[in-house]
Amino acid sequence: MNTRKTIVWTKKDLLGLEYLSRQEIELILSTAESFKEVTTRQIKKVPALRGKTVVNLFYEPSTRTRVSFEVAAKRLSADVINISTETSSVKKGETLVDTGKNIEALKVDTIIMRHNCSGAAAMLARHVSASVINAGDGWHEHPTQALLDMFTLKEKLGRIEGLKVSIAGDIAHSRVARSNIWGLIKLGAEVTVCAPKILIPPGIEKMGVKVTNNIDEALAGADAVNVLRMQFERDQSNAFPKQLEYFKTFGVTRERLKKAKKDIVVMHPGPINRGIEMSSEVADGANSVILEQVTNGIAVRMAVLFLVAQANERLKNENTD
Amino acid sequence: MKILIKGARVIDPANNTDDVRDILIDGAKILKVEKTIAAQADNIIDAKGKIVMPGIVDMHAHLREPGREDKETIASATTAALRGGVTSILAMPNTSPCIDSAESIELLKNIIRKTAQMNVFMCGAITKNRLGKELSDITGLEKFGAVAISDDGASVDSDEIMKEAMQHAKKKNILVLCHCEDKSLSADGVVNFGFTSTRLGLKGISRESEYKRAQRDIRLAEETGARLHITHVSCAETIEFIRQAKKSGIKVTADVTPHHMCLDEEAVLEYDPNFKMNPPLRGKEDLAAIKQALKDGTIDAIATDHAPHTENEKEIEFDRAEFGVIGFETILSVAITELVATGVLSWPELVKKLSYNPAVILKVNKGALAPGHDADITVVSPDKEWQVTKEGFASISKNSAFLEKKLKGVVEYTIVSGKIAYQRG
Amino acid sequence: MDFTEKAKIMDHEAIGRSITRMAHEILEKNKNTKTLCLIGIRNRGVFIARRLADSIENINGQKVPVGVLDITMYRDDISNGSAQPVMHKTQIDFNISKKNIVLVDDVLYTGRTIRAALDALIDFGRPKSTQLAVLVDRGHRELPIRADFAGKNMPTAENESVEVRLKETDKIDEVVLMEQKK
Repeated sequence: MNTRKTIVWTKKDLLGLEYLSRQEIELILSTAESFKEVTTRQIKKVPALRGKTVVNLFYEPSTRTRVSFEVAAKRLSADVINISTETSSVKKGETLVDTGKNIEALKVDTIIMRHNCSGAAAMLARHVSASVINAGDGWHEHPTQALLDMFTLKEKLGRIEGLKVSIAGDIAHSRVARSNIWGLIKLGAEVTVCAPKILIPPGIEKMGVKVTNNIDEALAGADAVNVLRMQFERDQSNAFPKQLEYFKTFGVTRERLKKAKKDIVVMHPGPINRGIEMSSEVADGANSVILEQVTNGIAVRMAVLFLVAQANERLKNENTD
Repeated sequence: MKILIKGARVIDPANNTDDVRDILIDGAKILKVEKTIAAQADNIIDAKGKIVMPGIVDMHAHLREPGREDKETIASATTAALRGGVTSILAMPNTSPCIDSAESIELLKNIIRKTAQMNVFMCGAITKNRLGKELSDITGLEKFGAVAISDDGASVDSDEIMKEAMQHAKKKNILVLCHCEDKSLSADGVVNFGFTSTRLGLKGISRESEYKRAQRDIRLAEETGARLHITHVSCAETIEFIRQAKKSGIKVTADVTPHHMCLDEEAVLEYDPNFKMNPPLRGKEDLAAIKQALKDGTIDAIATDHAPHTENEKEIEFDRAEFGVIGFETILSVAITELVATGVLSWPELVKKLSYNPAVILKVNKGALAPGHDADITVVSPDKEWQVTKEGFASISKNSAFLEKKLKGVVEYTIVSGKIAYQRG
Repeated sequence: MDFTEKAKIMDHEAIGRSITRMAHEILEKNKNTKTLCLIGIRNRGVFIARRLADSIENINGQKVPVGVLDITMYRDDISNGSAQPVMHKTQIDFNISKKNIVLVDDVLYTGRTIRAALDALIDFGRPKSTQLAVLVDRGHRELPIRADFAGKNMPTAENESVEVRLKETDKIDEVVLMEQKK
């Protein structure tokens, strides 16, 4: 019997894992389990959000996150509208708040936003009564990615509490790293971040993580490693030698994994740079759960969409009472 | 025209007064300050239970006119300042045109003459267009009335140019007001560098960028003998350099803004651009150091750095929002609430920081209540509370860091040159 | 909303007797137990379904499969915000097509839960028939739904509610009539 004290989801938005309690994160993960069952059915659609409208507002190109949210929303029977910078008035100098209010005037229930500025989701959420789900804001947070990473870990290893999880890559500029750190620490994992010194942001230890500049150290004894995408495209100057250099010193390879736990779980938020942060053998190898992460992303995003929609309805009813 | 203010607690640090007094104003000047004055007057203000202090001298403000009248005008800024108990302002030169020549300062002077409702003192730019490349016409600026020079918003990177500027300032006996920031260290940061910038995923502005530049400016002041004023001090290291410089007799003074003396970097955690300022809000240790420096006199003055911005430039993505907040209408109440009510400063010490010291630093005949002085006076209900709202502001811009805050201290009257320029409705 | 206990309607023995009787009735109506399946509706319906299956096994030695249905995603009250359930997994490990399904719940009231359950079932396949067993039918239907098997018919007032407590979830077997405080 489930003895966990039931808690109620009350937030209209999901802006980041820093702002959630352990119980709230666990509620999302357990709700996602129910939705994962739905994705295994022949008819993969439930009417939970029938009549609701969800907007994907993407200021940065992203195929996988947008598609994942779109599939999730559709499986909940919501209507989905995609707005990207190429097709909207954002190029005409409309402010974010104006864009948000215009979208809301279309009687939209939930706005999923990807934006290149940290804090953009928080800004939008303050100005609209629709639910806002942060699908990545600058270097700040990407909560649903971290939630699906944790969901996958829990599915693979049965728990999060007490696990040793390493996150390797460009920690300084990674929203995936930040969300994972907040979430994993709250759920009781031991987290180590690994990157070249210049890619370790100041004060990161205060988030509760250990820091190393040595990938072998990060892999040793770890139950799981989350390998981040190296974004060399942001630094075009002699990128190629840098990439090779990075692979040599930080790349996760079969040889390096031999020294790690035999069943270490290897994750990557995608898209992978094969031969830069990770070798192909590892990406496609037995330890990799990269494609399962993609599948689980749907269930986790269904859970988030469902919970924020429900909470927002309740808020609106309270206000009209 | 005579005004008699009766029965107030008169606080005048210039004359060591903190007692119940009557004040008689005749024309633009103070005629008498005595225990009881039984004179006839055109206007008698019953000020029992109120505090009467010399009007606030705000030595750092951006009035935006000429050039950005959509943000603020000299008329709207001075209206707002009156409501905050301010009677004198030092206007920063980063307008359009920049106040870097005799022509531009004359233009400014004309607008002030026509529309200002109080004393607006002028600060000229150190370099042309504040680009740090070529000295502006400091002689011409001084001739037309500049009491200080500053490239505020930026700092002069070249040691040689800065030294030359200080030499000119020394010759003309005007103040050099420095925004200390080494751009090569602060880059395009937007919040305090450290855990906060990491947590928020924003670029950081390091403390070094401020204190290293302060160190340099102090060194140049020592070499040239110029009067240096370091404005909007934000971190503990800068304070320590100022403290040491003062000890060794270097002519350096400093101010802090109301927001830097009561908020720390955690205010930024919700990405509200009304907490985005340059220098950024710093850590708790810095806040403690600032309060200590206010106590021990290392920081001489409190100045608003009043920086109006329209909603289009402020209520946007944090990275893209302008730096700065407005401050005229909250400076006194914030100071009372955060410093006096909490015991950091006594009332006379506060009045020194707000009125007397800035007047002394700027060498203007303000900040005191003795007979013969300009009758610039603020009457305050010290314990009355009010709530800050956007709607309540007289400033054209509403970008305050204290929105929705409950503050203590309400300005009842602001008297400028012997005239009641503001009376609370 | 505060409810106080008004009367105990059933105790452990009464619940046991009702379940046994319903098991007999189910078998009577569904002669071919090979196609018979029980699906309990979360939460308490699941335990009643399991008890019914045990009872059926006691009677004729046949094991009847029991599925678990969570209808949260099918509710029609998310839009009025009153729903605040914690979602659990649905577990139906058998094919329901061409089967005779008995849906099992603790209390039948407005019929809306059963409506949601019927919608959910359709997503899993096309049963030959769907029947409904409830421990208590308290009336006040808002939809054209009725129970095929009821442990007890208990006419109630609108300001009353019926609470089923089971050992598996509540450490005690009892059915209690609750009354809303005025």
